[in-house]
Amino acid sequence: MEKEVMSSLKMEGNILCSASSFIRKCIFGVLRVGAIPNHIAFIMDGNRRYAKKQKLSHDGAAGGGGRYDAGFWALMVMLLYCQELGVKYITAYAFSIDNFKRKPEEVESLMTSMLEKFHLLDILVKRLAVRVHFAGNLELLSNELRASAMELTEATAAYSKSVLTICIAYTSRDEILHAVRESCEQKRIGLEFGNDDDDEIKLMKVEKNMYMAVAPDPDIIIRTGGENRLSNFLLWQSCWSHLHSMRVLWPEIGVWNLVFAILNFQRNKTYYLEMKKKEKEL
Amino acid sequence: MLSLRFAIPTANTLTPPKIKPKPGLVVQTAWNQTDLFPSLPKRYDYKLQAATTDLSVAGDIPAEEVVELPAELSRELLPKHVAVIMDGNGRWARQRGLATSAGHEAGVKALRELIELCCQWGIQVLTVFAFSYENWIRPKVEVDFLMSLFERALKSEMESFSRGGIRISVIGDSTKLPTSLQKLINEVEETTKHNSRLQLIVAVSYSGKYDVVQACRSVAEKAKDGQIQLDDINESLIEQELETNCTEHPYPDLLIRTSGELRVSNFLLWQLAYTELFFAQELWPDFRKDEFVDALSSYQQRQRRYGGRH
Repeated sequence: MEKEVMSSLKMEGNILCSASSFIRKCIFGVLRVGAIPNHIAFIMDGNRRYAKKQKLSHDGAAGGGGRYDAGFWALMVMLLYCQELGVKYITAYAFSIDNFKRKPEEVESLMTSMLEKFHLLDILVKRLAVRVHFAGNLELLSNELRASAMELTEATAAYSKSVLTICIAYTSRDEILHAVRESCEQKRIGLEFGNDDDDEIKLMKVEKNMYMAVAPDPDIIIRTGGENRLSNFLLWQSCWSHLHSMRVLWPEIGVWNLVFAILNFQRNKTYYLEMKKKEKEL
Repeated sequence: MLSLRFAIPTANTLTPPKIKPKPGLVVQTAWNQTDLFPSLPKRYDYKLQAATTDLSVAGDIPAEEVVELPAELSRELLPKHVAVIMDGNGRWARQRGLATSAGHEAGVKALRELIELCCQWGIQVLTVFAFSYENWIRPKVEVDFLMSLFERALKSEMESFSRGGIRISVIGDSTKLPTSLQKLINEVEETTKHNSRLQLIVAVSYSGKYDVVQACRSVAEKAKDGQIQLDDINESLIEQELETNCTEHPYPDLLIRTSGELRVSNFLLWQLAYTELFFAQELWPDFRKDEFVDALSSYQQRQRRYGGRH
């Protein structure tokens, strides 16, 4: 996966990587004959099972967190493929608030792994001109991680080719609660200063205060790892999304998995557009 | 534009599905397939029988009795709350050259069977998505037919539900329903409110987003009146204001959607956070006992982690 990303960015590679990249671009050219989704969201499930299969390090302290490296590269590969296809918005469910329930050493290992990857992520997203946004209750993160996230968000704010949203310390219910509190606070201020006559919280106001307001609703939600549930991810935004569950573990996801998810989406696109239109009409 | 003529399987189970051959059905052997290879289409054994307008199919819902579960199911692992998106009535009718209304009537019969099974097997709550807020845009003829079908079904089943210990609750924006149907709903809810064998929640003119918005508005009102502080707004408060507050188990354990569509279509958005999703290929009127057993069997094999460890 790492070689694939580096080769595509012309950072390193060999003739085989170049050939595979050429074939992939041909396949994507065929896919683009049909509708390409504007926004794909990924539930990146299966990292621990993959690590068990590969017998990767569980140690988080001594430069470990190796079990999540493959997951990181899988995300970068998907980002690259989506950009090649013309998918503008990519969202990845990196860490749920519920994941804090795991063993402290495991949480620590994951946080360490994320922090270690920021430098590399910084290089890659700038190379690809990707704007990075972090969605979630960032107050729950360590100061260091939060500061790195803010720094990367500011550094890439000007890019517009694609938008990568990383959901970290995120659950959909927490997002809705946050949006409601913000809307109430804004309403209170509006009423107090006489700027707002309307006494009611409106749906649009709540949506504007969501962490995910930077992106439109996802067209496809892909979940790896074989489970078929949303796990408190994008509940609000997923009402018309095409849900695609695949057995492959997240670090093993490849181009064909993405191709078939999009083909499935293209089959059902007419229905999806119709329902979005009906929702607007109502 | 590329179009596929075959279904691409989605993984609904972690272990190989149990294959039950059915007459006229080509069964896919999913376990040896990877996601790279799509399955062959199923051939349906078309039953060209005319739909009837008689909605009472097999008599009353049987009174409480001990019923053995099918061999593949375990009583301890049954879901408490099952939600169903009853999709496919129109397509079912078109496949048979019948009017859409015939499809809806066949759908009511399938629902009745499902209610009976839930009663017999001890499932406590069954929520069905009968009519979504977006369905108001359908042709007036179809909408009027559906409203009259709801009325007829409620009237004909009210006594049966009462005797069968079924409590009926209706959620959704009832202001758009005909007045006669609103009155009937109130009557049925009142009559059955003390029943406890099964709670049947019927979502009519329902939108998951608007359910959350109205809950948030209620909470915002309380904050405005000073009953609660902004910082006190939590998930529990929202849950109490959602329309599913009519039941002790507002969050479905299992959501079944028929007709092969892979989406939740604005149904119970907040409530579905940890719900196991099962997408059945069958059209709703064809979703019977065997298919329900498949869904429950799939559910029982899932590992629910809620974000924690295995």
